[in-house]
Amino acid sequence: MILTFAWRNLWRHKTRTWLTISAMVFSNVLLVFMFSLQSGTYNMMINNSLDVFSGHLQLQDRRYLDQPKQRYDINHVSQLAMQIRQALSSDAVSIRGSAFSLLSSESRSFGAQVIGVQPAFDQYTSTISGVVKQGRYLTSSDTDAIILGRILAKNLKLTVGDTVTLLGSDREGSIAAGVVTVVGIFSSGMPALDRNIAQISLPYFQSLFYSENRANYIVIKTADPLALSHAKNIIAPLLDAIATKDPQQQLVLRDWDALQPGIKQAIQADIGGAIFMYFILILLVSFSVMNTQLMSVLERTREFGTMMALGLRPSNISRLIMLETSVMALIGLVLGVAIGMAITVYLYFNGLTYEGMEEMTEKFNMADRIYPQISLFGAFAGPLVVMLFSCFATLYPVWKIRRLTALNAMRAV
Amino acid sequence: MPLAAIGGFKLAWRNLWRNYRRTLIMLVAIVVAVWAMIFMTALMRGMTNDMVVSGLKALPGFVQVHHSAYRDDPSVVNSFAMPDAAFRKAMSALPVTDWAVRIKVPAVIASERDTRGVTLLGIDADKEQAFGFTKEQIIAGHYLAEPTAQEQDRKGIVIGQKLLEKLETKLGRRIVIMSQDPDNNLVDRGFIISGIYSSSIPGFEEHHVYADRQYIEKMLHIPNQISEISILGSNYHDVTALTAYVKSHAPISLETLNWLELDTYLSMMSKVMDSYALVWILVIFLALSFGLINTLMMAVFERIREIGLMRALGMRGTGIIKILLLESSMLLVLGLIIGNALSLLMLYLIRDGIDLSAVADGMAMFGYGAVLHAQFIFSDMLLANGVVITLGLLICLYPAWKASRYDPVVALNKY
Repeated sequence: MILTFAWRNLWRHKTRTWLTISAMVFSNVLLVFMFSLQSGTYNMMINNSLDVFSGHLQLQDRRYLDQPKQRYDINHVSQLAMQIRQALSSDAVSIRGSAFSLLSSESRSFGAQVIGVQPAFDQYTSTISGVVKQGRYLTSSDTDAIILGRILAKNLKLTVGDTVTLLGSDREGSIAAGVVTVVGIFSSGMPALDRNIAQISLPYFQSLFYSENRANYIVIKTADPLALSHAKNIIAPLLDAIATKDPQQQLVLRDWDALQPGIKQAIQADIGGAIFMYFILILLVSFSVMNTQLMSVLERTREFGTMMALGLRPSNISRLIMLETSVMALIGLVLGVAIGMAITVYLYFNGLTYEGMEEMTEKFNMADRIYPQISLFGAFAGPLVVMLFSCFATLYPVWKIRRLTALNAMRAV
Repeated sequence: MPLAAIGGFKLAWRNLWRNYRRTLIMLVAIVVAVWAMIFMTALMRGMTNDMVVSGLKALPGFVQVHHSAYRDDPSVVNSFAMPDAAFRKAMSALPVTDWAVRIKVPAVIASERDTRGVTLLGIDADKEQAFGFTKEQIIAGHYLAEPTAQEQDRKGIVIGQKLLEKLETKLGRRIVIMSQDPDNNLVDRGFIISGIYSSSIPGFEEHHVYADRQYIEKMLHIPNQISEISILGSNYHDVTALTAYVKSHAPISLETLNWLELDTYLSMMSKVMDSYALVWILVIFLALSFGLINTLMMAVFERIREIGLMRALGMRGTGIIKILLLESSMLLVLGLIIGNALSLLMLYLIRDGIDLSAVADGMAMFGYGAVLHAQFIFSDMLLANGVVITLGLLICLYPAWKASRYDPVVALNKY
């Protein structure tokens, strides 16, 4: 009964109600769309930055993160990697050695990070195997083969088939040198990697840098970079076992936030700014609702007086007003979510691009189109907050009713 | 006429405060909207400005001159001869405010502990001050000696704090720099670390080491050759005149580019920000407009009888529109005044910047500094005010026009 009442009341002033609903729809559409777009962007930032090379988790010596020295490495590394692979039942666990070396071609010399990788497993933890643009990726049996980043190869004036001299220092600090053949050139799209990284096979790396069955870190890729606790819990006992067996080995598991602190903070900074903007948007809508409902209450004071004379209590009338707001907000929510989702779904399939996007995406290693992410939370969180704030804004008109008495109310104009 | 005008003002003013709650709520909404427009735009502007300024420090300079192949292949091979007297003379006149030359080549730095790849910069200590690398950045030891100093005093090298830690070395210790000469011979030379600097640009101090240009010249076997010329002007916003001026004086074989062309990300960001400010102002206005139009509609609706009476007494439709528009403009202007005052006050309060060091790495990823400085631009305030008053009155025209068309007989008989 009371619902019918509220419904009819709303349509007494069609234009006013539609305008208020429009305000809600406008903000809801914006909220739904922007939220989906942002989470899509964040996911791309995380995935693209981590998938290329650094992975979601890395097992390292405790000191390695701050001081990436070659001698801060993991002993008996292949057994440990095997154990982790079994525990996680995943192949996306691979061993890497890392050493800074001077690469010299016939005409140029450049410093680069030489990474020893396990081609069989690294193809699951890094996308570099898939972005070899010239030549081929490494194989497990390669000994004197190397693959280079695009910019590094260009700087060294090297193409596939050329030889390059590798000069560095081994684990003990003596000179490590080798002559290798370029078998492939990769283009990851990340200038920092394309300029600085060269990869050789792990066994060759270990012999060159005098680190038999040792490596600097084990990289792990999981199904979801935002839910790492499961994998962490599985790996923890393995680390405890090592710590008790060999007190010299102090291994820690670093998640991507520790490996690349910029990403999470960039997201946080962006969310902070966005929340502030959304808040102002919602605030303006709330003012609009508050004003509408205040007017609606004031102009019906006489009517309320009659209702109270007939036995209704102020609380009943308050409930009526609240119900009116809720109905309006619900219409706003349904329409807003529907329109917002329609836009989002369209972009989900077609992607969004705008002027200047190329420069942005290049900097943050993203594809040249953004695809919004669709989620129940993204679709309803914003609109529900709008609804909540609308009801909150109605508290003021409602509060005015509380003090109403039948006699006073009926005297009002 | 003046009397009538004053009367009209009074009428509109009183009408406005007849329902003071409604007017106040609307006023608060307008104030919040105006504040959000001006304050947020100033913050966004400040962020972009910080980003461009720090980007220009890393570059450095507004305009750079290189060997045409240098940007693709930043090697010692692509050096060019020191500018001649004519060019030097041209650079001492406006629009050029300052200029410097440097040698910039890839090199390898080795301490007794570790080896790293760096960019070796040969600079003139006296010239470099106006550019990215200044004496204030030195945290230990001293800056490079002036070119007039004795040669043995100019053999030092200044490296970043982070690089020092990575190399596990100290001030005063020896390091070896390896690079190539134009004939592809490996050249190496020992340097004493004479100074340590810090940089607010992330990653910068790990990859850039500074030494005396004339000394590096000798080491690399490139007498009187340089890698780049940097030129500063008075205003980074407008570099077209500066670029054209430098281009007309530099040898044709060299490549003259300004920062907009050198750093496309930076130039794109500053362009995007311009359109972003307008979009933000319009979105806020749209959110506000629904409430605005609603309030005015209600104000008209509850006065239908009154408006009918005025019409019956002979007031014309245009007169009704005038009174109602006067009312709306009073509301809008009042909101604008308070909103402007509030945003200016808040901008004054944060004039020293907002500390965002909690998310410093993230800000750095976008190229922003850890302390956010708002940048107030008068034209943004003008834009916000213009949008509110123009579009606001345009929106108010609808209820006013509706009111002016009421049939007095029908209106008087309502209720």
